[in-house]
Amino acid sequence: MNAQLQSLSAANDALVIAGRAYHSRLLTGTGKYKDLEETRRATEAAGAQIVTVAIRRTNIGQNRDEPNLLDVLPPEKYTILPNTAGCYTAEDAVRTCRLARELLDGHSLVKLEVLGDKKTLYPDVVQTLKAAQTLVAEKFEVMVYTSDDPILARQLEQIGCVAIMPLAAPIGSGLGIQNRWNILEIVENANVPVLVDAGVGTASDAAIAMELGCDGVLMNTAIAGAKDPVLMAKAMRKAVEAGRDAFRAGRIPRKRYASASSPLDGTIA
Amino acid sequence: MITIVLNGQSRTCAAGHTLAALLEDAGYAQRRVAVEINREIVPKSEHAQREIHDGDRIEIVHALGGG
Repeated sequence: MNAQLQSLSAANDALVIAGRAYHSRLLTGTGKYKDLEETRRATEAAGAQIVTVAIRRTNIGQNRDEPNLLDVLPPEKYTILPNTAGCYTAEDAVRTCRLARELLDGHSLVKLEVLGDKKTLYPDVVQTLKAAQTLVAEKFEVMVYTSDDPILARQLEQIGCVAIMPLAAPIGSGLGIQNRWNILEIVENANVPVLVDAGVGTASDAAIAMELGCDGVLMNTAIAGAKDPVLMAKAMRKAVEAGRDAFRAGRIPRKRYASASSPLDGTIA
Repeated sequence: MITIVLNGQSRTCAAGHTLAALLEDAGYAQRRVAVEINREIVPKSEHAQREIHDGDRIEIVHALGGG
């Protein structure tokens, strides 16, 4: 990052990923919405600047006039983050990233996820490390989905990933941060942005992630699966902003007993 | 006629077809797609020249909603 961008980013409290600055710290997925219009409205309400998309086979001969996701979320306006969701081997994940780069005219920022199990959708960390090595060698900028293991997070950073994205809880579970000490440990030791990816259920979960010092939160189901996705997107935007501000402001220490807020002198009793 | 496998489905097409013509037939002429033939990516700049051969396994992918 050049010095100018660095000082500008610090002044605006920008999130810097792979040398680009973003004012929004809420990254959103684009799956599970009712239709593309709802996707567009929720993404706008979230204030997201980075949106993740899946790479899939086209449906030959079907819906040829149907609008495309990238028509409603144009790459000129959003940073598109293609993901490798659904990949269970390093080979498939790398293949998907190469296709994404061709699809998006040489765009190299990707979200790597290699899953190990259909029930938990937990990452296969061995395959994830392997894929990360190949992708970094091929000049991809890798934002990596991983478990909340601090050692693994460190190894992924050493390989050269541009952001570490530990899960809060299983994908789509809405359970919130299950091990905040692990997330804290990852945050405190990382030299690249740490974003909680997966497992957020509601606004307070996102706020907790940010209060722990995470650089951002990535979510999909918590918004798309809410009764009112657009309203939830707005709530998440506020929660991420509030959590970030609270982190920067520095919370008071927890104490066991009370500490009066009003002056103790001059009481009439 | 030649036989190809397009997104996992067997199809026939005229011999001598280019990838660009195949994409146009499938309705993807102006769409944002990426193409792999026999696991090798064919860059957009080569679609017009690339001939489709018998037995080619072709994948056409696009971006869609996901998290």
